[in-house]
Amino acid sequence: MARSTPIDRVAHRAAAATPPHLRARVRGISDRAVAWVFIAPTIALLLAINIFPLLWTVYLSFTNYRANRPNREVEWVGTRNYERVLTDGDIWHTLQVTAHFVCWTLALQVLIGFTLAWLINRNFRGHGFWTTVIVLPMMLSPAVVGNFWTFLYQPQIGLFNYVVAFFSGVDPSSFSMIGSVHLAPWAIIIVDTWMWTPFVMLICLAGLRSIPEYLYEAAEVDRASPTRQFWTITVPMVLPFLMLAVLFRGIENFKMFDLVVELTSGGPGSVTELASINLKREAFEKWRTGYASAFAIVLFVTVFGLASIYVKALNRVKDR
Amino acid sequence: MSATAHSVIEPTARERRFAATLIVIYALVTMLPLVWIFMTSLKTPQDSISYPPKVVFGPTLEGYVNLFTTRTRQTPEYMASLPPPETWWDELVRSRNMVIAGPSKFGERFLNSVIIGFGSTFLTIFLGTLAAYAFSRFRVPLKDDLLFFILSTRMMPPVAVAIPIFLMYRQLGLSDTHLGMILLYTAVNLSLAVWLLKGFMDEIPREYEEAAMIDGYTRLQAFRKVVLPQATTGIAATAIFCLIFAWNEYAFALLLTSGTAQTAPPFIPTIIGEGGLDWPAVAAGATLFLLPVLVFTILLRKHLLRGITFGAVRK
Repeated sequence: MARSTPIDRVAHRAAAATPPHLRARVRGISDRAVAWVFIAPTIALLLAINIFPLLWTVYLSFTNYRANRPNREVEWVGTRNYERVLTDGDIWHTLQVTAHFVCWTLALQVLIGFTLAWLINRNFRGHGFWTTVIVLPMMLSPAVVGNFWTFLYQPQIGLFNYVVAFFSGVDPSSFSMIGSVHLAPWAIIIVDTWMWTPFVMLICLAGLRSIPEYLYEAAEVDRASPTRQFWTITVPMVLPFLMLAVLFRGIENFKMFDLVVELTSGGPGSVTELASINLKREAFEKWRTGYASAFAIVLFVTVFGLASIYVKALNRVKDR
Repeated sequence: MSATAHSVIEPTARERRFAATLIVIYALVTMLPLVWIFMTSLKTPQDSISYPPKVVFGPTLEGYVNLFTTRTRQTPEYMASLPPPETWWDELVRSRNMVIAGPSKFGERFLNSVIIGFGSTFLTIFLGTLAAYAFSRFRVPLKDDLLFFILSTRMMPPVAVAIPIFLMYRQLGLSDTHLGMILLYTAVNLSLAVWLLKGFMDEIPREYEEAAMIDGYTRLQAFRKVVLPQATTGIAATAIFCLIFAWNEYAFALLLTSGTAQTAPPFIPTIIGEGGLDWPAVAAGATLFLLPVLVFTILLRKHLLRGITFGAVRK
């Protein structure tokens, strides 16, 4: 490799001694130009399709614009849309439904996901294969899968009802998961948990694998019981990872749309009408574009605010 | 096995068996809905809605035939006047007193998914690799702000983003076009792609390029011939994520497309409406649509699983 003839060595030394700006000029395009050429298209696209629409939404939220009547004169209505969003009982109802959904899915997914990761980390034979099998649901299209779950949830003929009936002895046609006001909120929680527990599991697994073995060895030397080791080593070490998983799932489920639209489309009545589904109705069925924009901004600020507070807490846990 | 052969925290054989049993049970239960989709796709409509649910049944491709065709019901006299069926699918449809009227839209919608999925993935990777390299190697003013800003765009609910995009696309004539959807999915995917790719690029030592540049390569040559080959694995993993996202995306497709550029996810649930209670056809559509992702996941599990946790832990 090293063909160090004297001439090469001189050339290298000369190259190394040349001031950077001269070197760049000799080679054509400067690094700074390269940096901008490389970044500019990405920034341009994000500006056009992420930021510009966001600003437009902010603008629309102060108007009475309706997208199905583009020729009507647009009036500036000040903060009226926001006042109406914040005092609207339906909006508070959808936020409650969303909170119920987010809290329960997070609780179940953390519990099951951590348990699965902990079991997989026993490193039994074939654990890689079974991990892949468990991960499969989260890779699939939520809309298509959600749609098929309506079939599994059919009273009488559905597989879910049949399995529940088989183990509990109740009549399979006596309950309808997506038709009942009491069961529908749980129907969407079950499907979301089925689909996304693997995500929490994978992140917990990464956390478990990051724990250095010497901690356990030291604990063993100190004759700490397995229970004690679990609570003083395993849990604190995995906690930052777990909190990260909760952050991602929390944001995603706050925005949840596809799975639940296909599963219940908000019904029966509005017991499963999550914020995104309500937003879609306001914006694309009732065509109250200005009002829906205000609601969208309220949602965005809520998620952003909650996420920021959460990230602060997360950093404190990490630093500990 | 002697006691000194493994470390003190190594789980015992009994613990392992116990863990394996629970995991296998969970895996089998979690696979049940997917297996059921596949089984339903091979049933007759009558079998699919029988009680108790049928596990043993005579498989048929009726669901797949119904998925790809539109059919019309005919009178027995008309059916008797027809020449004998030419193909097995003709025969299958006629046994239900129907004739095939033409192809259904499923083929088109599936093709749209392929075009938009691969188109946006290609564009995302192209733009994302360049941006990630620049963020990884150069001093970009406001770098951290830019990176955070790129990521925060994912906190908007898709429905909220869809309102102005809908208006903008209507103005620009991009609604319901392949180009419009490709650009949109690219913008959505870019944030994650830049973050993931930057992580992979950071792992490649700068010294490689610097050595190449001392040997006379320009910055661009060093990028193409030294960095890119090193980053192939990371780029491939990122590409799979983008492809799966675009393939599965539903909200934008539902709100911004209706005909020419509609992808399969909003279309598959509507199959049921065309033929009444035709669950086998829905299941057949779902099977064909989900299968590529399943195969991909199994083949590329190492990169994928690493990518999921990697992306999460990085961010």
